[in-house]
Amino acid sequence: MAKITFHGVGIKALSACVPPEVIYNKDLGYLVPEEEIEKTINNIGIIERRIAAPDVMASDLCYKAAQQLMADNDIAPDSIDVLLFMSQTPDYRIPATSCLLQHRLGLPRETMCFDISLGCSGYLFALSTAFAYASMEGINRVLLLDGETFSKIVNRRDKVDWPLYGDAGTATLIEKGDYGDSTFMLYTDGSGEDTLKIHAGMRNPITPESCVEREQEDGNIRSDLEVYMDGMDVFNFAISKVPKSIKQLLKEAEKSVDNVDYLIFHQANRFMMDFFVKKLKMDPDRVPYCIHKYGNTSSASVPLTISSELCGKLDGNHTMLMSGFGAGLSWGSALMSMHDCKVSPVIEY
Amino acid sequence: MNLEQFIENFAGLFDETEPDTIKATTQFKDIEEWSSLVALSVIAMVDEEYDVEFHGDDIRNSNTVEDLYDIVLSRVE
Repeated sequence: MAKITFHGVGIKALSACVPPEVIYNKDLGYLVPEEEIEKTINNIGIIERRIAAPDVMASDLCYKAAQQLMADNDIAPDSIDVLLFMSQTPDYRIPATSCLLQHRLGLPRETMCFDISLGCSGYLFALSTAFAYASMEGINRVLLLDGETFSKIVNRRDKVDWPLYGDAGTATLIEKGDYGDSTFMLYTDGSGEDTLKIHAGMRNPITPESCVEREQEDGNIRSDLEVYMDGMDVFNFAISKVPKSIKQLLKEAEKSVDNVDYLIFHQANRFMMDFFVKKLKMDPDRVPYCIHKYGNTSSASVPLTISSELCGKLDGNHTMLMSGFGAGLSWGSALMSMHDCKVSPVIEY
Repeated sequence: MNLEQFIENFAGLFDETEPDTIKATTQFKDIEEWSSLVALSVIAMVDEEYDVEFHGDDIRNSNTVEDLYDIVLSRVE
Protein backbone atom coordinates (compact mmCIF):
# COMPACT_ATOMS: atom_id res chain seq x y z
CA MET A 1 0.00 0.00 0.00
CA ALA A 2 1.33 3.39 -1.02
CA LYS A 3 0.75 5.52 2.06
CA ILE A 4 3.06 8.53 2.10
CA THR A 5 3.34 11.31 4.66
CA PHE A 6 5.19 14.58 4.05
CA HIS A 7 6.13 17.26 6.54
CA GLY A 8 7.43 20.77 5.87
CA VAL A 9 6.22 20.82 2.27
CA GLY A 10 3.02 22.35 0.93
CA ILE A 11 1.11 24.16 -1.81
CA LYS A 12 2.15 27.82 -1.90
CA ALA A 13 0.03 28.95 -4.84
CA LEU A 14 -2.37 27.70 -7.46
CA SER A 15 -3.93 29.02 -10.69
CA ALA A 16 -6.05 27.84 -13.62
CA CYS A 17 -6.86 28.79 -17.21
CA VAL A 18 -9.76 27.71 -19.45
CA PRO A 19 -10.55 28.43 -23.11
CA PRO A 20 -13.17 31.15 -23.76
CA GLU A 21 -15.38 29.02 -26.05
CA VAL A 22 -18.45 27.73 -24.19
CA ILE A 23 -20.36 24.61 -25.25
CA TYR A 24 -23.86 24.27 -23.74
CA ASN A 25 -25.23 20.82 -22.99
CA LYS A 26 -28.76 22.12 -23.73
CA ASP A 27 -27.65 22.14 -27.38
CA LEU A 28 -27.02 18.38 -27.44
CA GLY A 29 -30.31 17.66 -29.22
CA TYR A 30 -28.45 15.98 -32.08
CA LEU A 31 -27.06 13.39 -29.66
CA VAL A 32 -29.60 12.97 -26.83
CA PRO A 33 -33.42 12.95 -27.29
CA GLU A 34 -34.77 16.45 -26.50
CA GLU A 35 -36.97 15.14 -23.65
CA GLU A 36 -33.92 13.59 -21.94
CA ILE A 37 -31.61 16.60 -22.17
CA GLU A 38 -32.82 18.37 -19.03
CA LYS A 39 -32.72 15.15 -17.04
CA THR A 40 -29.21 14.42 -18.29
CA ILE A 41 -28.01 17.92 -17.37
CA ASN A 42 -29.52 17.63 -13.87
CA ASN A 43 -28.02 14.20 -13.37
CA ILE A 44 -24.46 14.83 -14.55
CA GLY A 45 -24.64 18.41 -13.27
CA ILE A 46 -22.95 19.89 -16.33
CA ILE A 47 -24.63 22.95 -17.84
CA GLU A 48 -21.70 24.16 -19.92
CA ARG A 49 -18.08 23.37 -20.70
CA ARG A 50 -15.05 25.08 -22.22
CA ILE A 51 -13.51 23.77 -25.42
CA ALA A 52 -10.05 24.71 -26.70
CA ALA A 53 -9.59 26.06 -30.22
CA PRO A 54 -7.81 23.69 -32.66
CA ASP A 55 -4.51 25.52 -32.15
CA VAL A 56 -4.70 25.65 -28.33
CA MET A 57 -3.18 22.73 -26.42
CA ALA A 58 -3.23 21.69 -22.77
CA SER A 59 0.33 23.05 -22.60
CA ASP A 60 -0.85 26.51 -23.73
CA LEU A 61 -3.51 26.63 -21.02
CA CYS A 62 -0.93 25.48 -18.45
CA TYR A 63 1.57 28.05 -19.73
CA LYS A 64 -0.94 30.89 -19.21
CA ALA A 65 -1.87 29.55 -15.76
CA ALA A 66 1.82 29.35 -14.81
CA GLN A 67 2.52 32.89 -16.03
CA GLN A 68 -0.41 34.14 -13.94
CA LEU A 69 0.77 32.25 -10.86
CA MET A 70 4.31 33.58 -11.23
CA ALA A 71 3.11 37.16 -11.76
CA ASP A 72 0.61 37.09 -8.87
CA ASN A 73 3.18 35.73 -6.42
CA ASP A 74 6.43 37.33 -7.66
CA ILE A 75 8.01 33.98 -8.45
CA ALA A 76 11.34 34.31 -10.24
CA PRO A 77 11.77 31.70 -13.02
CA ASP A 78 15.20 30.73 -11.71
CA SER A 79 13.74 29.83 -8.30
CA ILE A 80 11.98 26.76 -9.78
CA ASP A 81 13.99 23.56 -9.52
CA VAL A 82 11.57 21.01 -10.98
CA LEU A 83 8.80 21.33 -13.57
CA LEU A 84 6.27 18.50 -13.96
CA PHE A 85 3.70 18.34 -16.75
CA MET A 86 0.82 15.97 -16.04
CA SER A 87 -1.36 15.29 -19.10
CA GLN A 88 -2.64 12.65 -21.49
CA THR A 89 -2.99 15.26 -24.24
CA PRO A 90 0.64 16.44 -24.62
CA ASP A 91 1.87 18.46 -27.62
CA TYR A 92 3.90 15.63 -29.17
CA ARG A 93 4.76 11.97 -28.67
CA ILE A 94 8.39 13.09 -28.56
CA PRO A 95 9.71 15.24 -26.88
CA ALA A 96 8.11 15.56 -23.46
CA THR A 97 5.99 18.72 -23.24
CA SER A 98 7.57 19.71 -19.90
CA CYS A 99 10.80 20.45 -21.81
CA LEU A 100 8.97 22.84 -24.14
CA LEU A 101 7.34 24.53 -21.15
CA GLN A 102 10.72 25.00 -19.41
CA HIS A 103 11.90 27.00 -22.43
CA ARG A 104 8.66 28.95 -22.88
CA LEU A 105 8.47 29.93 -19.23
CA GLY A 106 12.11 31.04 -19.22
CA LEU A 107 13.14 28.56 -16.54
CA PRO A 108 16.88 27.93 -16.26
CA ARG A 109 18.57 24.93 -17.90
CA GLU A 110 19.23 23.60 -14.42
CA THR A 111 15.49 22.85 -14.12
CA MET A 112 14.60 19.18 -13.99
CA CYS A 113 11.58 18.50 -16.24
CA PHE A 114 9.52 15.45 -17.02
CA ASP A 115 5.98 14.45 -18.00
CA ILE A 116 3.58 12.27 -16.05
CA SER A 117 0.77 10.40 -17.80
CA LEU A 118 -2.36 9.27 -15.95
CA GLY A 119 -6.10 9.74 -16.32
CA CYS A 120 -8.45 11.54 -13.95
CA SER A 121 -6.47 10.41 -10.89
CA GLY A 122 -3.36 12.13 -12.26
CA TYR A 123 -3.30 15.26 -10.10
CA LEU A 124 -3.02 13.27 -6.87
CA PHE A 125 -0.19 11.12 -8.21
CA ALA A 126 1.63 14.10 -9.74
CA LEU A 127 1.17 16.12 -6.55
CA SER A 128 2.70 13.31 -4.48
CA THR A 129 5.65 13.32 -6.91
CA ALA A 130 5.98 17.10 -6.52
CA PHE A 131 5.87 16.80 -2.73
CA ALA A 132 8.51 14.05 -2.85
CA TYR A 133 10.92 16.16 -4.90
CA ALA A 134 10.25 19.26 -2.79
CA SER A 135 11.13 17.20 0.30
CA MET A 136 14.59 16.38 -1.08
CA GLU A 137 17.75 18.22 -0.21
CA GLY A 138 18.68 20.54 -3.08
CA ILE A 139 15.10 21.12 -4.25
CA ASN A 140 13.11 24.07 -2.94
CA ARG A 141 10.34 24.67 -5.48
CA VAL A 142 8.40 22.40 -7.82
CA LEU A 143 6.00 23.74 -10.45
CA LEU A 144 3.30 21.20 -11.32
CA LEU A 145 1.38 21.93 -14.54
CA ASP A 146 -1.71 19.74 -14.97
CA GLY A 147 -3.84 20.27 -18.07
CA GLU A 148 -6.07 18.34 -20.44
CA THR A 149 -7.87 18.98 -23.71
CA PHE A 150 -10.12 15.94 -23.89
CA SER A 151 -12.20 17.74 -26.54
CA LYS A 152 -9.45 16.67 -28.95
CA ILE A 153 -9.75 12.96 -28.13
CA VAL A 154 -13.51 12.56 -27.58
CA ASN A 155 -15.89 12.12 -30.51
CA ARG A 156 -18.74 14.67 -30.63
CA ARG A 157 -21.14 11.87 -31.53
CA ASP A 158 -20.24 9.71 -28.52
CA LYS A 159 -23.17 10.26 -26.15
CA VAL A 160 -21.40 8.69 -23.16
CA ASP A 161 -18.30 10.90 -23.27
CA TRP A 162 -19.06 14.07 -25.20
CA PRO A 163 -21.57 15.62 -22.70
CA LEU A 164 -18.98 15.24 -19.92
CA TYR A 165 -15.61 16.58 -20.92
CA GLY A 166 -14.17 20.09 -20.89
CA ASP A 167 -10.67 21.53 -21.30
CA ALA A 168 -8.48 23.31 -18.72
CA GLY A 169 -4.89 23.96 -17.68
CA THR A 170 -3.65 24.55 -14.14
CA ALA A 171 -0.48 25.43 -12.25
CA THR A 172 0.40 24.45 -8.69
CA LEU A 173 3.52 25.66 -6.89
CA ILE A 174 4.85 23.32 -4.22
CA GLU A 175 7.66 24.35 -1.89
CA LYS A 176 9.42 23.78 1.40
CA GLY A 177 7.96 25.83 4.26
CA ASP A 178 6.18 25.90 7.57
CA TYR A 179 3.60 23.25 6.68
CA GLY A 180 2.07 20.47 8.79
CA ASP A 181 1.64 16.84 7.71
CA SER A 182 0.17 15.88 4.36
CA THR A 183 -0.73 12.24 3.76
CA PHE A 184 -1.36 10.55 0.40
CA MET A 185 -2.82 7.10 -0.23
CA LEU A 186 -2.59 5.93 -3.83
CA TYR A 187 -4.04 2.81 -5.46
CA THR A 188 -3.96 0.95 -8.79
CA ASP A 189 -5.91 -1.92 -10.38
CA GLY A 190 -4.73 -2.60 -13.93
CA SER A 191 -7.23 -5.46 -14.32
CA GLY A 192 -9.66 -2.68 -15.24
CA GLU A 193 -7.59 -1.45 -18.20
CA ASP A 194 -10.49 -1.81 -20.65
CA THR A 195 -12.91 0.34 -18.67
CA LEU A 196 -11.52 3.61 -20.05
CA LYS A 197 -9.27 3.35 -23.06
CA ILE A 198 -7.95 4.68 -26.34
CA HIS A 199 -7.36 1.53 -28.34
CA ALA A 200 -4.75 2.71 -30.86
CA GLY A 201 -1.14 3.18 -29.74
CA MET A 202 1.94 1.00 -29.86
CA ARG A 203 0.28 -2.34 -29.08
CA ASN A 204 -2.43 -1.63 -31.67
CA PRO A 205 -0.43 0.40 -34.20
CA ILE A 206 -2.02 3.44 -35.77
CA THR A 207 -3.02 2.86 -39.39
CA PRO A 208 -5.28 4.84 -41.74
CA GLU A 209 -8.08 2.56 -40.44
CA SER A 210 -7.58 3.87 -36.90
CA CYS A 211 -8.82 7.29 -38.00
CA VAL A 212 -12.10 6.00 -39.42
CA GLU A 213 -15.15 6.88 -37.34
CA ARG A 214 -17.35 3.83 -36.82
CA GLU A 215 -20.63 3.11 -35.10
CA GLN A 216 -19.85 1.32 -31.84
CA GLU A 217 -21.99 0.09 -28.90
CA ASP A 218 -25.42 1.74 -28.47
CA GLY A 219 -24.98 3.84 -31.61
CA ASN A 220 -21.99 5.77 -30.25
CA ILE A 221 -19.58 6.88 -32.94
CA ARG A 222 -15.83 7.03 -32.52
CA SER A 223 -12.49 6.07 -34.07
CA ASP A 224 -9.77 3.96 -32.44
CA LEU A 225 -7.91 7.21 -31.67
CA GLU A 226 -10.72 8.44 -29.40
CA VAL A 227 -11.70 7.71 -25.81
CA TYR A 228 -13.98 4.79 -24.97
CA MET A 229 -15.61 4.60 -21.55
CA ASP A 230 -17.85 1.92 -20.06
CA GLY A 231 -19.94 4.33 -18.01
CA MET A 232 -21.51 1.67 -15.80
CA ASP A 233 -18.20 0.00 -14.96
CA VAL A 234 -16.54 3.34 -14.19
CA PHE A 235 -19.45 4.26 -11.97
CA ASN A 236 -19.29 0.94 -10.14
CA PHE A 237 -15.51 1.29 -9.74
CA ALA A 238 -15.79 4.80 -8.34
CA ILE A 239 -18.59 4.23 -5.86
CA SER A 240 -17.06 1.02 -4.57
CA LYS A 241 -13.48 2.34 -4.20
CA VAL A 242 -13.53 6.09 -3.60
CA PRO A 243 -15.55 6.47 -0.36
CA LYS A 244 -13.74 3.45 1.15
CA SER A 245 -10.31 4.84 0.29
CA ILE A 246 -11.19 8.23 1.79
CA LYS A 247 -12.39 6.58 4.99
CA GLN A 248 -9.15 4.59 5.09
CA LEU A 249 -7.06 7.75 4.65
CA LEU A 250 -8.93 9.56 7.44
CA LYS A 251 -8.49 6.56 9.70
CA GLU A 252 -4.74 6.35 9.01
CA ALA A 253 -4.40 10.08 9.70
CA GLU A 254 -6.56 9.74 12.84
CA LYS A 255 -9.03 12.33 11.54
CA SER A 256 -12.72 12.39 10.68
CA VAL A 257 -14.70 14.19 7.98
CA ASP A 258 -15.48 16.84 10.60
CA ASN A 259 -11.79 17.82 10.61
CA VAL A 260 -11.85 18.48 6.87
CA ASP A 261 -12.48 22.11 5.86
CA TYR A 262 -12.81 21.37 2.16
CA LEU A 263 -13.20 18.11 0.26
CA ILE A 264 -12.32 18.43 -3.43
CA PHE A 265 -13.40 15.57 -5.67
CA HIS A 266 -12.31 14.97 -9.21
CA GLN A 267 -15.30 16.53 -11.00
CA ALA A 268 -16.50 13.35 -12.72
CA ASN A 269 -20.24 13.84 -12.62
CA ARG A 270 -22.55 15.43 -10.08
CA PHE A 271 -24.67 12.36 -9.35
CA MET A 272 -21.54 10.41 -8.44
CA MET A 273 -20.12 13.16 -6.21
CA ASP A 274 -23.44 13.59 -4.40
CA PHE A 275 -23.40 9.86 -3.76
CA PHE A 276 -19.90 10.11 -2.23
CA VAL A 277 -20.92 13.03 -0.02
CA LYS A 278 -23.90 11.11 1.30
CA LYS A 279 -21.87 7.98 1.84
CA LEU A 280 -19.13 9.84 3.73
CA LYS A 281 -21.69 11.86 5.74
CA MET A 282 -19.77 14.97 4.74
CA ASP A 283 -21.29 18.44 5.10
CA PRO A 284 -22.14 19.34 1.45
CA ASP A 285 -21.30 23.01 2.13
CA ARG A 286 -17.65 21.99 2.45
CA VAL A 287 -17.57 20.20 -0.90
CA PRO A 288 -17.02 22.83 -3.63
CA TYR A 289 -18.04 22.05 -7.21
CA CYS A 290 -17.26 23.68 -10.54
CA ILE A 291 -18.56 20.87 -12.76
CA HIS A 292 -21.63 22.92 -13.76
CA LYS A 293 -19.37 25.51 -15.40
CA TYR A 294 -16.45 23.49 -16.71
CA GLY A 295 -17.56 19.83 -16.94
CA ASN A 296 -15.14 16.98 -16.32
CA THR A 297 -11.66 18.30 -17.11
CA SER A 298 -9.98 14.98 -16.20
CA SER A 299 -6.96 15.36 -13.91
CA ALA A 300 -7.11 19.19 -14.07
CA SER A 301 -10.47 19.20 -12.30
CA VAL A 302 -9.17 19.17 -8.71
CA PRO A 303 -6.91 22.26 -9.04
CA LEU A 304 -9.50 23.94 -11.34
CA THR A 305 -12.14 23.53 -8.61
CA ILE A 306 -9.80 25.12 -6.07
CA SER A 307 -9.07 28.08 -8.37
CA SER A 308 -12.73 28.49 -9.32
CA GLU A 309 -14.35 28.07 -5.90
CA LEU A 310 -11.76 28.78 -3.22
CA CYS A 311 -10.02 31.91 -4.53
CA GLY A 312 -9.32 34.16 -1.53
CA LYS A 313 -10.62 31.58 0.94
CA LEU A 314 -7.40 29.78 1.80
CA ASP A 315 -5.60 32.36 3.95
CA GLY A 316 -4.50 30.91 7.28
CA ASN A 317 -4.55 27.18 8.04
CA HIS A 318 -6.94 24.71 6.42
CA THR A 319 -7.23 20.96 6.16
CA MET A 320 -8.10 19.91 2.64
CA LEU A 321 -8.94 16.48 1.33
CA MET A 322 -8.51 15.83 -2.40
CA SER A 323 -9.60 12.74 -4.26
CA GLY A 324 -9.04 11.58 -7.85
CA PHE A 325 -10.03 8.40 -9.72
CA GLY A 326 -10.09 7.21 -13.30
CA ALA A 327 -8.45 5.24 -16.12
CA GLY A 328 -5.96 2.58 -15.16
CA LEU A 329 -7.83 1.89 -13.03
CA SER A 330 -6.14 4.33 -10.70
CA TRP A 331 -7.36 6.24 -7.65
CA GLY A 332 -6.02 8.11 -4.66
CA SER A 333 -6.65 10.73 -2.01
CA ALA A 334 -4.60 13.20 -0.03
CA LEU A 335 -5.22 14.91 3.28
CA MET A 336 -3.37 18.17 3.07
CA SER A 337 -2.26 20.81 5.57
CA MET A 338 -2.75 24.10 3.75
CA HIS A 339 -1.13 27.31 4.98
CA ASP A 340 -1.74 30.71 3.33
CA CYS A 341 -2.27 29.17 -0.09
CA LYS A 342 -2.52 31.92 -2.69
CA VAL A 343 -5.20 31.02 -5.20
CA SER A 344 -5.49 33.06 -8.41
CA PRO A 345 -8.93 33.31 -10.07
CA VAL A 346 -9.58 31.30 -13.25
CA ILE A 347 -8.36 33.14 -16.36
CA GLU A 348 -9.18 32.57 -20.03
CA TYR A 349 -6.93 31.95 -23.02
CA MET B 1 -33.50 -9.60 1.66
CA ASN B 2 -36.57 -10.42 -0.33
CA LEU B 3 -37.79 -9.92 -3.88
CA GLU B 4 -40.66 -7.64 -2.92
CA GLN B 5 -38.38 -5.21 -1.14
CA PHE B 6 -35.94 -5.28 -4.06
CA ILE B 7 -38.72 -4.45 -6.53
CA GLU B 8 -39.78 -1.56 -4.31
CA ASN B 9 -36.18 -0.23 -4.21
CA PHE B 10 -35.89 -0.65 -7.96
CA ALA B 11 -39.22 1.08 -8.67
CA GLY B 12 -38.14 3.97 -6.44
CA LEU B 13 -35.42 4.87 -8.95
CA PHE B 14 -37.96 6.07 -11.52
CA ASP B 15 -39.59 9.51 -11.51
CA GLU B 16 -42.50 9.06 -13.88
CA THR B 17 -43.12 5.31 -13.95
CA GLU B 18 -45.86 4.16 -11.56
CA PRO B 19 -44.24 1.86 -8.98
CA ASP B 20 -47.04 -0.71 -9.10
CA THR B 21 -46.49 -1.25 -12.83
CA ILE B 22 -43.09 -2.79 -12.05
CA LYS B 23 -43.18 -6.53 -11.33
CA ALA B 24 -40.56 -9.28 -10.97
CA THR B 25 -41.13 -10.26 -14.59
CA THR B 26 -40.94 -6.71 -16.00
CA GLN B 27 -38.46 -6.39 -18.86
CA PHE B 28 -36.84 -3.33 -17.32
CA LYS B 29 -35.09 -2.11 -20.48
CA ASP B 30 -38.54 -1.76 -22.09
CA ILE B 31 -39.68 0.73 -19.44
CA GLU B 32 -40.05 4.01 -21.30
CA GLU B 33 -38.10 5.90 -18.66
CA TRP B 34 -35.18 3.43 -18.67
CA SER B 35 -31.86 5.09 -19.60
CA SER B 36 -28.15 4.78 -18.96
CA LEU B 37 -28.61 7.24 -16.09
CA VAL B 38 -31.22 5.01 -14.42
CA ALA B 39 -28.72 2.16 -14.86
CA LEU B 40 -26.22 4.16 -12.77
CA SER B 41 -28.82 4.65 -10.06
CA VAL B 42 -29.39 0.86 -10.04
CA ILE B 43 -25.66 0.39 -9.40
CA ALA B 44 -25.80 3.00 -6.62
CA MET B 45 -28.92 1.40 -5.10
CA VAL B 46 -27.48 -2.13 -4.88
CA ASP B 47 -24.28 -0.69 -3.36
CA GLU B 48 -26.22 1.29 -0.77
CA GLU B 49 -28.97 -1.17 0.10
CA TYR B 50 -27.15 -4.50 -0.29
CA ASP B 51 -23.42 -3.61 -0.30
CA VAL B 52 -23.12 -5.46 -3.60
CA GLU B 53 -21.01 -4.43 -6.61
CA PHE B 54 -22.82 -4.38 -9.96
CA HIS B 55 -20.83 -4.32 -13.20
CA GLY B 56 -22.00 -3.02 -16.54
CA ASP B 57 -22.36 -6.59 -17.85
CA ASP B 58 -24.64 -7.54 -14.96
CA ILE B 59 -27.15 -5.00 -16.23
CA ARG B 60 -26.46 -5.61 -19.93
CA ASN B 61 -27.01 -9.37 -19.53
CA SER B 62 -30.18 -9.11 -17.41
CA ASN B 63 -33.68 -8.82 -18.81
CA THR B 64 -36.15 -8.85 -15.93
CA VAL B 65 -36.13 -7.22 -12.52
CA GLU B 66 -35.89 -10.70 -11.02
CA ASP B 67 -32.69 -11.34 -13.03
CA LEU B 68 -31.14 -8.34 -11.24
CA TYR B 69 -32.44 -9.58 -7.90
CA ASP B 70 -30.90 -13.02 -8.49
CA ILE B 71 -27.47 -11.46 -9.09
CA VAL B 72 -27.74 -9.41 -5.90
CA LEU B 73 -28.90 -12.48 -3.98
CA SER B 74 -25.91 -14.50 -5.22
CA ARG B 75 -23.52 -11.80 -3.98
CA VAL B 76 -25.02 -10.84 -0.63
CA GLU B 77 -22.76 -12.02 2.15
